[in-house]
Amino acid sequence: MSDSTTTATENVDEERRDFIHVAAIAATVGGAGMVAYPFIDQMNAAGDTKAASSLEVDVTKVPLGGEIRVLIGGKPFFLRHRTPEEIAAAVNTDVAKMPDPETDEARLMPLPDGTYNPAILVTSGACTHLGCVPVGPAQGNVGDYGGWYCPCHGSHYDTSGRIRKGPAPTNLPIPQYEWVSNSVVKISL
Amino acid sequence: MSGHESTYEPKLGITKWLDSRLPIVRLAHDSFVDFPTPKNLNYWYTFGGILAVCLAIQIITGVVLAMHYTATVDEAFGSVERIMRDVPFGWLIRNIHMVGASMFILAVYVHMFRGLYYGSYKAPREVLWLLGCVIFLLMMATAFLGYMLPWGQMSLHGANVIINLFGAIPLVGESIQSWLMGGPSVGNQTLQRFFSLHYLLPFMIAGVVILHIWALHVPGNNNPTGKEVQDVEKDTVPFHPYYTVKDGFAIVVFLIIFAAFVFYAPNVLGHADNYVEANPLVTPAHIVPEWYLLPFYAILRAITFNIGPIEAKLLGVIFMFGSIAVLFLLPWLDTSKVKSMRYRPVAKQFFLGFVVACLLLSWCGAENPDNPIIKMGDDKLVVTYTDAAGLEGSRVFEEYAPASQFRDETAAAGGTASLGIQVAPAFRFLHLSQLMTLYYFAYFLIILPFLGLRERPKGEPDSIHHSILGNDAPAAAPAE
Repeated sequence: MSDSTTTATENVDEERRDFIHVAAIAATVGGAGMVAYPFIDQMNAAGDTKAASSLEVDVTKVPLGGEIRVLIGGKPFFLRHRTPEEIAAAVNTDVAKMPDPETDEARLMPLPDGTYNPAILVTSGACTHLGCVPVGPAQGNVGDYGGWYCPCHGSHYDTSGRIRKGPAPTNLPIPQYEWVSNSVVKISL
Repeated sequence: MSGHESTYEPKLGITKWLDSRLPIVRLAHDSFVDFPTPKNLNYWYTFGGILAVCLAIQIITGVVLAMHYTATVDEAFGSVERIMRDVPFGWLIRNIHMVGASMFILAVYVHMFRGLYYGSYKAPREVLWLLGCVIFLLMMATAFLGYMLPWGQMSLHGANVIINLFGAIPLVGESIQSWLMGGPSVGNQTLQRFFSLHYLLPFMIAGVVILHIWALHVPGNNNPTGKEVQDVEKDTVPFHPYYTVKDGFAIVVFLIIFAAFVFYAPNVLGHADNYVEANPLVTPAHIVPEWYLLPFYAILRAITFNIGPIEAKLLGVIFMFGSIAVLFLLPWLDTSKVKSMRYRPVAKQFFLGFVVACLLLSWCGAENPDNPIIKMGDDKLVVTYTDAAGLEGSRVFEEYAPASQFRDETAAAGGTASLGIQVAPAFRFLHLSQLMTLYYFAYFLIILPFLGLRERPKGEPDSIHHSILGNDAPAAAPAE
C-alpha cells in the first residue's frame, strides 16, 4: 500500500481501498477455484464407466478343471471350476508356512443359503507383484502348485490363488462378489 | 545479446511501414542474422538448431497423422495399420514421426551433456537451463503419451506400469491413479485423453522453446571456453552466415542419419510387441520402456530396499523423479567459478564417469535386474522333499539325472518331492544399477558441490579470442 494517501486533487479512503483489494482478490481466487474444479473433476471416472463396474457371470458355463476369464472395467478376473483333487490340495496344506497365510474357506463367499461351494473359486486376475496376468490351465501352465503361474517374474499360485513361490507379496485378491443364485455370481469392482 | 544495437535498416516503403507497426523483421534480423555469437563454437553447439528442426518435423508429421488416426480402443490399432498400408505415403510419414521421436530425444541428450560439460547452466544462464529442463520434462511426457496411441501390447501395459507408479504415493496415490486413467483401468477414456494431451504438449514445448531462445539471447551463447564475450569485435562473429551455415551443415548430416533409420531400420528402436494389439488379459513377458527412458527405469528398479518408514516402491519413484529434479538444482549445486570443464582437470574425469553411468543405467534398464553379469559359481539343483515318515529336508545336486532320480524315488516311496534351482551368487544387473544410481546422485549432490571448492583449474584463457590466438596476444579489454 502506498504511503501517500492524498494528492492535491483527491482524498483516498484507505480502508475502502483495502476492502476493494481484498474483495477483488477473494473473488478472483474463489472464481478460479470454482472454474478449476469441473475441469479437474471431468477426468474422473464417468457415470457409464462407473456403471459398467460390475458383472453377473453364470458359473455353470465353466468346465470342470478349467476357468473363464472376465474383464470388468478393463480389470481381469478368474472364475475357476476346481476338481475335487484341486480342492483337496487347497484345503490340505499347512497354511502357516505360506508367505500370505489364508485358509481356503476364507477365500470363498457363501451361497444364498449360507453354505459354500468350494468348486468355484473367484479371484482377481492381476499378479500382486507388478500387475501382469498369470497363465492357468487353458494356457497349459499352472505352476508348481497347480493354480496359476505368472510368466513375468515367476510367481507360483496354488489352487486357491495363494502365493506359494516367487516375488509376489500377497495372494491373488478375492474381489467383491456375491452369489445371486446357486449358479450366478455378481462381481463388482 | 542485450546491449547490442540493432543494425536492421528497412529499405523498402513497406518494410518501413511494417517496422513502425510490428518490428517483427527487426526481431528476426537481430536474433538470427546480425546476432553476435562467440566465434569458437564447435559442433556440439549445433544441436540447438538440430532440435528446432526435430520439433518442426514432429509437429508437421504429427498433425498429418492425426488426420488419419482414430483414438478409440476398438479402432486405434487398426487405424495405425491403415496409415501404414493404405494411406498414401502414410508409412513414410508415420516412420518419420516414430523415428523422429527417438532422434529428437537423442539430440536433446547430446544438447544436455554439452551444457553439462561446458557449464552452460551457470550464471548468468540459470533461467536458460531451467527452461531447458522444463522442455525436457514436457518432451518425456509427450513421448510417453504418444507411445500409448498405437494401442499395442507395450502401449497398454507400459502405460499401466507408469500410471501404477502414482499408486505408490501415500494417501492420495490411488485417487490420482484413477483420476489419470478416468476409470478403474487404462481404457478407452484414457486413450482419448492421452491423444488430446499428446496433441497439446508439442505446442507447449514450442512456447517454452521461444522463452528458451529469449533467455539465450539475453546473455548470449556460452562457448567452449566458458568465458563471457568481452569484446564484440574480437570475440564474436554474426550469426549469419557463420552459424547458419555451420548449423545447416550439421542439420544435413543429422538428417542423413535420421533418413537411414527411417528407410532402413524404422523399427529397430521399438519393440515388436507393440505390433500386437493391446490385450488386457495377456501381459508381454518383458515390459521395457522406450530406450530413452531406460536410465530412469533402471533407477526406479534399483531401489529394492526400504529406508525408515518409506517403502521400496515409493522410494524408487522418489529416486526416479529425483534424478530429474536434481537437474533443476544444478546451477546452485556446482560451486566452481570456472564454467568449462576443459579447464577443470578433475571434474572432467568425473563428467566422463557420469556419461558412462548414464549409459550403464540404460543397459541395466533394458535387462532383467536378476540376470547375472558376473557369475560366481554355477547354479545347482535342489530337491526339497518330505519323505514317507514325514521328515522334511533338501539335497543339492550338480546334475539333472541324479536329482530327478532322487525326486522320483522319494515320490515312489510315498513322500513328496519337488525340484528347484539354487541360484549361484552373482554380480547382477540390480547391483550394477544400484552402484550407478549412487554415482548419478553423488555426481550432482557431492562431487560437483565439493569439487568446485577444492579443484585447481588449469590453462584457462583470458578471453575467447585469447583461446584462439594464445594468451600473449594483445588484450582487447582489461582482464577481469
